[in-house]
Amino acid sequence: MQATETDTRSGNGTGEPSRIPVVLTINGTERRLEVEPWTTLLDLLRERLDLTGSKKGCDHGQCGACTVLVDDRRVNACLTLAVMLDGASVTTVEGLAQDGQLHPVQDAFVEHDAFQCGYCTPGQICSAVGLLKEGRAQSDDEIRELMSGNLCRCGAYVNIVAAVRQVMDGTGAGR
Amino acid sequence: MVQTSTAPLPSSARPYVGTGQRRIDGVSKVTGQARYAAEFPADGLLYGHVVSGGALASGEILRIDTRAAEAVAGVVRVYTHENRPRQPWFDSTYQDQVAPPGIPFRPLKDAKIVYSGQPVALVVAQSLEVAAYAASLLEITYREEPFRTDLAAEQSNAYVPPEKRAGIEPPPPDRGDVDRALAEAPVKVEASYFVAAEHHNPMETHASTVVWNDGKLTVYDKIQGVVASKEYLNEVFGLSPDDVHVISPFVGGAFGVGLRPQYQLFLATMAALDLRRSVRVTLTRDQMFTLTYRPHTIQHLALGAERDGRLTAIRHEAVAATSTFEDYQEVVVNWSGLGYRCPNVAFDYKLAKLHTYTPSDMRAPGAATGVYGLECAMDELAHAAGIDPLELRLKNYAEEDANTGKPFTSKQLRECYRQGAERFGWSRRSPRPRSMRDGRELIGWGLATGFWEASMQQTSARAVLSADGGLELATATADIGTGTYTILAQIAADAMGVPIEQVDVKIGDSSLPASPLEGGSWTAASAGSAVQKACFGLREQLFHHARAMEGSPLANEVLERIIFTGGRMEVANDPSRSVVVADVMAALGLEKLAAEETAKPDQDAQENYSGYTHSAIFVEVRVDEELNVVRVTRIVDAVAAGRILNLKTARSQILGGVVFGIGMALEEQSELDHRFGRFMNHNIAEYHIPVNADVRDIDVIFVEEHDDKVSPIGVKGLGEIGIVGTAAAIANAIFHATGKRVRDLPITPDKLLRDDVDGVSSGMARAG
Repeated sequence: MQATETDTRSGNGTGEPSRIPVVLTINGTERRLEVEPWTTLLDLLRERLDLTGSKKGCDHGQCGACTVLVDDRRVNACLTLAVMLDGASVTTVEGLAQDGQLHPVQDAFVEHDAFQCGYCTPGQICSAVGLLKEGRAQSDDEIRELMSGNLCRCGAYVNIVAAVRQVMDGTGAGR
Repeated sequence: MVQTSTAPLPSSARPYVGTGQRRIDGVSKVTGQARYAAEFPADGLLYGHVVSGGALASGEILRIDTRAAEAVAGVVRVYTHENRPRQPWFDSTYQDQVAPPGIPFRPLKDAKIVYSGQPVALVVAQSLEVAAYAASLLEITYREEPFRTDLAAEQSNAYVPPEKRAGIEPPPPDRGDVDRALAEAPVKVEASYFVAAEHHNPMETHASTVVWNDGKLTVYDKIQGVVASKEYLNEVFGLSPDDVHVISPFVGGAFGVGLRPQYQLFLATMAALDLRRSVRVTLTRDQMFTLTYRPHTIQHLALGAERDGRLTAIRHEAVAATSTFEDYQEVVVNWSGLGYRCPNVAFDYKLAKLHTYTPSDMRAPGAATGVYGLECAMDELAHAAGIDPLELRLKNYAEEDANTGKPFTSKQLRECYRQGAERFGWSRRSPRPRSMRDGRELIGWGLATGFWEASMQQTSARAVLSADGGLELATATADIGTGTYTILAQIAADAMGVPIEQVDVKIGDSSLPASPLEGGSWTAASAGSAVQKACFGLREQLFHHARAMEGSPLANEVLERIIFTGGRMEVANDPSRSVVVADVMAALGLEKLAAEETAKPDQDAQENYSGYTHSAIFVEVRVDEELNVVRVTRIVDAVAAGRILNLKTARSQILGGVVFGIGMALEEQSELDHRFGRFMNHNIAEYHIPVNADVRDIDVIFVEEHDDKVSPIGVKGLGEIGIVGTAAAIANAIFHATGKRVRDLPITPDKLLRDDVDGVSSGMARAG
């Protein structure tokens, strides 16, 4: 609770923190941004770009609510500094639906009632999209294991597995 | 209009109620469009970061040096108890809707430390990161005073709460002669059980965004009922009702932690009013462990029975934690008086004061705890008497609520047992512990009964029909993931005979018709009844207009014979005589037609009947014989909860409750370090909640149950019943698998590894 070190991070003599230019493609749109070195991808999305679909549940990589896709791989946006992503492509839950049509995973989540409060849901969905791309999960047990980085306090796991399974089997309204 | 004695859901066809409907708010949630309290933008928004107090649970702040924090570029103000704006003097001003007896915690009131981690300062800055960083720079020195956080040690100081908490029934009078019945009982069991402290840990941390606009506040708060936040702010900050508008369309889980306005609401509002700026305060996950919790509770149960298993005596005693400043109470022991037929029952419920924050309701408060004890004791009795645990429960089936002497509004628990057992395959259970295995895994089957109070609360709702056929519903209630939006739309769509797509539901807004907190599993019954009543008000108006129209095919008809369907009013059994609703609106030149109604619980039913939801839960566990790792591989939960409105969301409610129960049984415990008086595992890497891989097959059965007394729409509610009994069923299954009776939740592998495990560990009282 107590800290004695002096402030060494925020001052650069001008009273303004240093900012670093980065180019990110976010949901298909190229964004030229200047970010502080300590700004996480999650805070950038939520606080600066008003993309609040990605959620902050712990800010420590423990809950997975912030899961987004960086170059098609699922990552915890809270553990990813924005400056590390120069040139990367980021897909958030807001970028999954195309032309007003839900992504099959989104549709399957609604159909199977794979959420309740909805707060972990964007992370679950991005994680599931990443999981499907990885192609590692075949059985329900493997889905459970590989989706275990995304906590759901409402306890929708049975339905999350069913939703992922449906898309995996191609029985969903797929594209 | 609504007769509570006749369960009058619309007599017309019901295309929606009772079916499985996709959530009407589902698309907004899966696309990230649903906004939660910390996600509403505001011009010039400032960020507040709470500074949590140090590693002591009692004492005072001697010195708090804010200079380093204030020197950070971007910091606007640092608030402490020394410079905070003036606040009302009287403690009672700070009492919220569900405050237990005592003095509510007042953030930044003075230098006193009353629990570890309490907020001691708020740093307000122009960005989230600067606020958090500057908050780390405060230098605070404390004077520590002795504190007590060890419940086991405080048992001897436990007391019967002198003032009853509103809405919580204290234990009923003892009945019969328990001492004698126990002394004479040929079969008896006696043991102590421990339920660990748990934190709710909704995935969304608490947050308030207070938008300041020329002295008027629009507040986005994480709360289970916007009216509670609004009333609190009006009182505490002396604001007129028109100056505060609280909005909370989506709540990222709450499970009870959102029933009382939490300190971030106070701090954000204080700063916004003082700075005349918009302010957001979001708690960190760590800080969620400085809010309220399910109180750890020590229970002692003694059961006596005849050799055939008929209960002759139950003694149920409990000592639960509370804070030093409030007497939080819940119903822990009463369940033992109504769960089974038993002539001699004695109750004792006491509190022990600890230097923690005040505990509060967490999913099935009291029942999750007390029924765990009762249902484990019943399993022990079954084993001692050599009777099948299911047979024991049927043998002692309660036909009435013996605590009050009243009959139940309905009770299909026998059918829960029957259907659950059949689905699970209970008859194939080998009775002897350690007698079922698969390779190196011991298999155990256990069961338990679940009970929860079925109630409704007074709620108002408005229904507005537009000329274009749109139907808007409005009530202040919340949807914390429960499915409120959707069930209200279903009820209204059926009542008005319109497609559900035409129904728009507005909730979570303090400007809407008044609604109580969402809790106690009462929202579906309460808000649902209010919405139906408002729709019935619309029907009545429409019918009167339609009947009065010239040449009306409904002339000489009575409302009771009219069916609303397909946008028409038609005479029952004579669809040729009908009127299009839109034509009535057009003929009258009406753009909108509105009805606002208030639904209340039926006094007569309340006085003469006892309303409870019931369940029978069957569990299979597999326990690795060497590693003692427990896996819950199969659960069947058969629930009797009156009318089921939406099969999809209802099932989800039960699944969620059961998963909470798995966490309670095997994983969840907030661990106090008594040297610092602090919950030490204050993050979700160390406080374990079930993850996907912890949850396997869960089969939910809704047993048909007609109830024309419990609420106007025959609904009992589902938010809590899923957790009640689940931990006991798992513990009982573990006993069946291993022969080890761990009476100390959560049942972690280390406890199963002990050889002397037939008792409670952690310094709790040993089995008698």
